[in-house]
Parts: sequence; C-alpha cells; structure tokens
Amino acid sequence: MAEVLVYTDHLDGAVRKPTLELLTLARRLGDPVAVVLGPGADAAAPVLAEHGAARVLTADAPEFADYLVAPKVDALQAAYQAVSPVAVLVPSSGEGKEIAARLAVRVGSGLITDAIDVAQGDEGPVATQSVFAAAFTTTSRAAKGTPVITVKPNAAPVEAAPAAGAVEPLDVAFGPLATGTRIVSRSPRESTGRPELTEAAIVVSGGRGLNGAENFALIEALADTLGAAVGASRAAVDADWYPHSHQVGQTGKTVSPQLYIAVGISGAIQHRAGMQTSKTIVAVNKDAEAPIFELADYGVVGDLFDVVPALTDEVRARKG
Amino acid sequence: MSLRIVVCVKYVPDATGDRRFADDLTTDREAVDGLLSELDEYAVEQALRIAEGQRQSGDEAEVTVVTVGPEDATDALRKALSMGADKAVHVEDDDLHGTDVMGTSLVLAKAIEHTGYDLVVCGMASTDGGMGVLPALLAERLAVPQATLLSELSVAEGKVTGRRDGDAATERLQAELPAVISVTDQSGEARYPSFKGIMAAKKKPVETLDLEDLGIEAEEVGLDGAWTVVESATERPARTKGEIVTDDGEGGKRLATFLAERKFV
Ligand SMILES: Cc1cc2nc3c(=O)[nH]c(=O)nc-3n(C[C@H](O)[C@H](O)[C@H](O)COP(=O)(O)OP(=O)(O)OC[C@H]3O[C@@H](n4cnc5c(N)ncnc54)[C@H](O)[C@@H]3O)c2cc1C
Ligand SMILES: Cc1cc2nc3c(=O)[nH]c(=O)nc-3n(C[C@H](O)[C@H](O)[C@H](O)COP(=O)(O)OP(=O)(O)OC[C@H]3O[C@@H](n4cnc5c(N)ncnc54)[C@H](O)[C@@H]3O)c2cc1C
Repeated sequence: MAEVLVYTDHLDGAVRKPTLELLTLARRLGDPVAVVLGPGADAAAPVLAEHGAARVLTADAPEFADYLVAPKVDALQAAYQAVSPVAVLVPSSGEGKEIAARLAVRVGSGLITDAIDVAQGDEGPVATQSVFAAAFTTTSRAAKGTPVITVKPNAAPVEAAPAAGAVEPLDVAFGPLATGTRIVSRSPRESTGRPELTEAAIVVSGGRGLNGAENFALIEALADTLGAAVGASRAAVDADWYPHSHQVGQTGKTVSPQLYIAVGISGAIQHRAGMQTSKTIVAVNKDAEAPIFELADYGVVGDLFDVVPALTDEVRARKG
Repeated sequence: MSLRIVVCVKYVPDATGDRRFADDLTTDREAVDGLLSELDEYAVEQALRIAEGQRQSGDEAEVTVVTVGPEDATDALRKALSMGADKAVHVEDDDLHGTDVMGTSLVLAKAIEHTGYDLVVCGMASTDGGMGVLPALLAERLAVPQATLLSELSVAEGKVTGRRDGDAATERLQAELPAVISVTDQSGEARYPSFKGIMAAKKKPVETLDLEDLGIEAEEVGLDGAWTVVESATERPARTKGEIVTDDGEGGKRLATFLAERKFV
C-alpha cells in the first residue's frame, strides 16, 4: 500500500498533539510512516504506533540540536528517498514550514503550507487552506511531484488506530549546507501549567483594554476556572503586559478552539486572522461599536473590570 | 570592503481592504490598493540599521531592495527607497502572473545573484500569501546559511548573530556571511520616510529586469509552471452576529449562563 511520510514534532520523545492529528490525516492517504529525529525515539515509537504509524524511522545525531533546520532537511530527504511516499505531512510550526519547503524544492515537489484539512482527491491529495484572514477557503493540490503539505494544529481529531510501528534506523548523510547556522544556545520555554495555546479547547485573550500587566491576573483567573489557555492581542504584547509567545493573530499564533473569549480586544483584521475560525466566539468590550462584536456569538457591552470577575465567580459557583 | 545588503520586499493588496480572488484563482490585484507588505518594513529597517552600523565603524555598505511583482510594485520599492535604501531592482514580466512560491524563489534567487550580495534580509512572512518559507527557500537555492525569524540581531566580523523565538525554545543563532536572514515584527519599529527621504527616493536608481535578463524560461514560472494548483476558492460565510447584551450588573452572570447552555461550564 501507498505510504505517507509524517514528520514528528516531539520533545525528547514526548510527541506533540499536532503530530497525532497528522497521523489521522495521513491514514486517509495511505500507511503512515513517522520520522523521529533526535533523542527519545524509543519513547515516541509506541505512541506513534498507537495512532497508526506502520513504521517509525529514527535518526539521532548532534547536528539536529546544534544547527538550524538544514540537518533535519537532510534527514527528511533521506526518509523520502527510502520510502517514496505519496505525500509528506509536516506540522505547521515556523521550523516545520521551513523544513518542508527545503525538502519540497530539493525533490521537485509542490508545497502547500498551513492546511486545515487534507483529503484524497481524484488527482492525488487535496489540501484545504484558510486564507486572507480566514475570509476565503481554498483547496489546492500539487501539480508536480509528491505533495509536501504543512498542517495547522486542530485540523483533525486524534484517533487511536493501532499499527505495527516497527522502529527502523534511518541512515542520514549530512550535506555541506547542514552546518551553516549554528545554534549557539537554547533556552526551553517554561511551562505555564496551562494548556498549549494552539491546542486548547478554550482560549481567553486579553487586549489593550486590560490597561496593565497586573490586570492579566483577571484573564488568568477566568482561564483557570475554564481550563483554558491565555492569549493576548499585539497591543497587549507590545506594551509588555504579556509574553509574545501568547500573541494571537497574523504575526502570532492561529487558534481554532471550541470557545474563544476576547476581553478588551477591538477585533482588528490582523487579530481576527488568528481566531476567526474558532467555533464559538464571545466578546467583552465597553464599546458597542467594536468590530469584534460582528463575529461574536455572544457579547457583553460593559466594563471588563466588572464583567470578567463576575463571570469568573459565576463559573466557579456553577462548577461547585 | 563594502557590505552588500539585499532586502526582499513584496507588493501586496492592503489587508484592511476587501481582498478577493480573480477568475483564474490568483490574487485579485485590481480590487484592492497595493502597498509594501507591512512586515517587510521591518526587513528594510534592520538592513538600514546594519548599514548605518557599518558606516559608523568606517566600513562601506549598500542596501538594494528587490521585488518580484507587477508594474505597480514600484510603489513598494519607492517606499523602501524613501526609508533610506540606496537602489532598487524590479523583476517584472507578464509571464510571472500566477507564479507560486517555488517560481518566486527561483526568480528572486537569480535576481539576488545578479545584484551581488553578502546578506539577504527578508520579512517573516508576506501579508497576503503568508507562507513564511521564502527565506528558507532562498537559502537552499543560493546554498548559503539561513538564520530566519530573528527578533533581535547584529552583524559583525562577517557573521550574523540573532535570537529566534521558537514554539518550544528561544535559540541564539550564528552564521557566517553570505547568509539569508528574516526578521520578525519584534525586531524593532520601522522608521517613517522623512520628506527629504521621499524627495531623494525619486532620484535613486531602479533597475528593471525581465525573465530573459535572468536566464529563466517562461515555462519555469507563472500559472502553468507552478508546482501547485489552486482548485477552488470559496468565500467563507460571514459569521452571524449573535446576541449582544449591555451589562446592567448582570452581564457576567448572563455570559456564564450562555457558556453553560453551550456546555462549556
Ligand atoms: C502587519 C501587522 C501585523 C499585526 N499582527 C497582529 C497580531 O498578530 N495580533 C494582533 O492582535 N494584532 C496584530 N496587529 C495589530 C492590530 O492591527 C491591532 O492594532 C491590535 O490587534 C489591537 O489590539 P487591541 O484590540 O488589544 O487594542 P485596541 O484596538 O486598542 O482595542 C482595545 C479595546 O478594548 C476596549 N476596552 C478598553 N477599556 C475597556 C474596559 N475597561 N472594558 C472593556 N473594554 C475595554 C476598547 O473599547 C477597544 O475596543 C498587526 C498589525 C499589523 C500592521
Ligand atoms: C492566499 C495565498 C495562498 C498561497 N498559497 C500557496 C501555496 O500553498 N503554495 C505555493 O507554492 N504558493 C502559494 N501562494 C503563492 C505565494 O504566496 C507567492 O508565490 C509568493 O510570491 C511567495 O510566497 P509568500 O508571499 O507566501 O512569501 P513568504 O514566504 O510569506 O514571504 C517571506 C518574505 O519573502 C520575501 N518575498 C516574498 N515574496 C516576494 C516577492 N514577490 N518579491 C520580493 N520579496 C518577496 C519578503 O521579504 C517576505 O517578507 C499563495 C498565495 C496566496 C495569495
């Protein structure tokens, strides 16, 4: 049967959820073959097998941690040549997109980035993209070569689909470009204890209306009663009220949760680009004319300093 | 030695306008005014700062802005020149209509080689296609290091050093020149063109090149040469505005009731 290459995003063997979603999509096109680079393949393999990986190709070398992107391209290319897949799926992170692009140009394949769905079509795999700040939905396919597709988080459910998951070492020869950009140091992001922004079912975001870093405690309290992730508008990030890693929008993260709560956010096009595809949108804003209300399934026109604490208390009370 | 900096800038439809697709499913460039992609202003800014740094330490530097785009794309070049870039290169050819990212990277790489470079500076992503991969493709095609998505950077002694904030970690990167870099909107506010800058820009040289000048065949680019095909583009139904209530002291409670009805609580 046809095989589909799936690039695994993991941290020392802990597989991130978007990779498991990719396995769900990959099974629509053929047998998933996962590629795991760096340390931790032994821990990753059973999880990948549980979600449908027929084979798990592994390679570990210091180059993966010491140099940017290019060594991983060499490895994915080696896997590509070993497998001859019908499609290559890569998680849509900044790094994932760069790896995918360089692989695609090397092997002469069409590249589609930021897919929100992938399906089998008459002329090969078809990817769905959400474009122009989510105002349009497009479908595309590769006209040349094997489609290389990067996929956004939450594009598909995680499904159990046990498969063999046979671990096979992958031979990688690094090319002259591999060691071009040295990673001099790395500081891992500290965990907040809250769900990952791009993966969370509920996101509560704060904007300029919060009027100060200290007031983000209101957003965090509401988020914690709902088990939600915390987001922020660029205005709040630029003011140094909340870290950039939490920015939602065109130059931040794209989120597509079941519920998005926008607090003190006006709803500029660049913000909407990152949250417009959320299932349910709720807004709290003191300006009845704020554009965010045009997207909202439910909105409260009022002062967030009254509405948000009352909401948090009420949710807490209902949860008992 | 003079440091040759090439900045890649894209001319895009204004994101605040009503962007659409044309009948051939390419970006409609008639419907909405175009402008220099806002995220490329950050690239121009960093290039100018690096050049200023060079000059302050007694070295020479030259900043060339390059675009691949239709005739109107000169607007984007003029804006970059008025910010302070020294000269511009405009690759324009009717056969480029509908080119995908593979074709665009091919053309840009050839134009950059034609210009001569030590450092290529790009934005983090365009504001229309927004793929965020062109810088990596340029590095691959030019066979030089990529140091991309930098939020802080410096160039000294033939090396570029910078900070990249990834999803899982913050990394410090270092690469020898020649190299391709891209910079984020966290890298530092872009300057506004001064009146003097706008006047000076009118006299700065803009070189126009077509595919033949770059030794590229028409079949390698355009809609027909694209490695991807767009099969459909559908306007997303506008979200329907739901219930909006005014807080009368009970707003928080009513919102909680809504969330409970929708089973979020
Ligand atoms: C190239 C580019 C990329 C960008 N990328 C992003 C991005 O990724 N993400 C992003 O968010 N933005 C982005 N922006 C910026 C965007 O255009 C807006 O400037 C930004 O989203 C505004 O943030 P805001 O809604 O928090 O602030 P504002 O627009 O100032 O809105 C604040 C809102 O809070 C309300 N408010 C104030 N006080 C209260 C109160 N006490 N109670 C209730 N409501 C109150 C106000 O009525 C107002 O509606 C980008 C811009 C550009 C040009
Ligand atoms: C909505 C939409 C979706 C698209 N999806 C795909 C797709 O999935 N696959 C595909 O192959 N093509 C796609 N395209 C076409 C692709 O966007 C263009 O070919 C484009 O020229 C390069 O990609 P980008 O704008 O996304 O660049 P990005 O990779 O986002 O741009 C990064 C940087 O590269 C530089 N740059 C980009 N374009 C130019 C230029 N023309 N001139 C000078 N510098 C430039 C700028 O510095 C920019 O900041 C899409 C286009 C649109 C409008």
